[in-house]
Amino acid sequence: MDLKELYRDVILDHNKRPRNFGVLAPPAASARGHNPLCGDQLTIYAKVEDGIIKELKFEGSGCAISVASASLMTEALTGKTLGQADALYTQIHGLLTHAELPNSTCTAELGKLAALSGVREFPARVKCASLCWHTLQAALNNPTTSVCTE
Amino acid sequence: MTTHNDSAALDKKFAQYRADFPILSQIIHGKPLVYLDNGASAQRPLAVIEAEQRYATSMHANVHRGVHTLSQRATDAYEGARERVRAFLNAKSSREIIFTRGTTEAINLVAQSYARPRLGPNDEILITWLEHHANIVPWQMVAAATGAKLVVAPINQAGELDFAAFKSLLSTRTRLVATSHVSNALGSVLPVREIVAAAHAQGVPVLLDGAQAVPHCALDMQELDCDFYVFSGHKLYGPTGIGVLYGRESLLQEMPPWQGGGDMILSVSFQGTTYNELPYKFEAGTPNMSGAVGLAAAIDYVDQIGLGDISAFEQDLLAHATQALTAVAGVRIIGTAADKASLVSFVVDGVHPHDLGTILDQDGIAIRTGHHCAMPVMEFFGLPATARASFAFYNTKAEIDQLATAVANARALFL
Repeated sequence: MDLKELYRDVILDHNKRPRNFGVLAPPAASARGHNPLCGDQLTIYAKVEDGIIKELKFEGSGCAISVASASLMTEALTGKTLGQADALYTQIHGLLTHAELPNSTCTAELGKLAALSGVREFPARVKCASLCWHTLQAALNNPTTSVCTE
Repeated sequence: MTTHNDSAALDKKFAQYRADFPILSQIIHGKPLVYLDNGASAQRPLAVIEAEQRYATSMHANVHRGVHTLSQRATDAYEGARERVRAFLNAKSSREIIFTRGTTEAINLVAQSYARPRLGPNDEILITWLEHHANIVPWQMVAAATGAKLVVAPINQAGELDFAAFKSLLSTRTRLVATSHVSNALGSVLPVREIVAAAHAQGVPVLLDGAQAVPHCALDMQELDCDFYVFSGHKLYGPTGIGVLYGRESLLQEMPPWQGGGDMILSVSFQGTTYNELPYKFEAGTPNMSGAVGLAAAIDYVDQIGLGDISAFEQDLLAHATQALTAVAGVRIIGTAADKASLVSFVVDGVHPHDLGTILDQDGIAIRTGHHCAMPVMEFFGLPATARASFAFYNTKAEIDQLATAVANARALFL
């Protein structure tokens, strides 16, 4: 296994220079996510208007995988509909947990997010990559709760 | 401090023991395993593996029950293990040696059987900032049930107990002191003799959590004079699922059983039950005989090497590791106590500990990353997590050099 499969340039770049890092004031929805095993903590903020995610931000601290995943997620979903966000959540879940991708066109559709596919070779790290996605679901569906990986 | 010649002699002596640990001679991700997670669980020598196998293949039956030969053999093996632990700790009597599942269960036993019936509102339990969660949560549970208060003695920036503050927190309200002997997150050795003396001067009993101390230093309960001492077999090169509660006999006598069942009774009727004597009163149900036999074999093994030499060699490894890691740009060691056991907690500028753990694993190097079940310690240093390399006597300076190189490479990846 090659470490560069996990720590691809896109991941390293988004870890070092996270996009959309910051806070959105209410009435933007928000939720906190926590991975007690490694101490990763992040908060996702989402401003949704007419079923469209107008703005998406995150803040917190965590490993390179969790920070890059959150940064990539905010980039990918800004301007998307809630339906598209749901669909992408399902796709990413598959990407991180399935041994094989559902179909070969999947990674092409995912764009930069395909960089996360290396994570599935490192089972101990899947939770790092998925934390922000679960937290976003909580922010959109049940914006007062917090999420825990355990 | 060991001299250069001593150091070479120790290197030579300890090189021979590595072959006793079959698990160490394997390849992980194409590289020879470098096992530096001994603080979480140490590996087992053949002597332990074979002792457990001998027990299973020629001695096993239930203990304290049967008149048949195997039951007698199993009982002799189990009680022999208890006597071995007694001798190892230099406890006065084997009635003071209670087998538990591990350190955690031993602390919970004291919390539920000693503290809970005695404590009430206005009473205090005094611990330190260095504790593992296993020496925090059981006391929080007692506090919640009794109205007692948990009081925490502070530490300094080196990760040492502030002993003056500790003494000032001891008061007429203090009913129990519970502290670690060695911090699992930082390696700091606590001044346990002074702690015991200060607490006893106020008539307060002391529990010492020895999980991280037992593999590194010889112990003498009569000299140490603490009231309870607890440790786990698997950190002492023994099996998991077996641990020890040493308790002063006079205190154990007064304590009610904490679990009911077989073996802990003398007679049972629906009118009432007479509890068994020490130590059986605290060992309800069929115990972990195999684990106890394995633990006794681990103690034999460690004693034959000598804890004095083990400690000297490990201190040499610690000095080497401290120097090697300090020399890596961007590395900061967390916990710089003057007296430390052989472990180094550290952070690397720009590399999250969790990423470091994954990267080192690809080099065959096993370290612990995270909060080490000591979240208050992490909070004190304002860190979510650290990386921790913890050394055993089968580790080598060459392995430590590999660690330092791998850490430098990991940093380069993230620059």
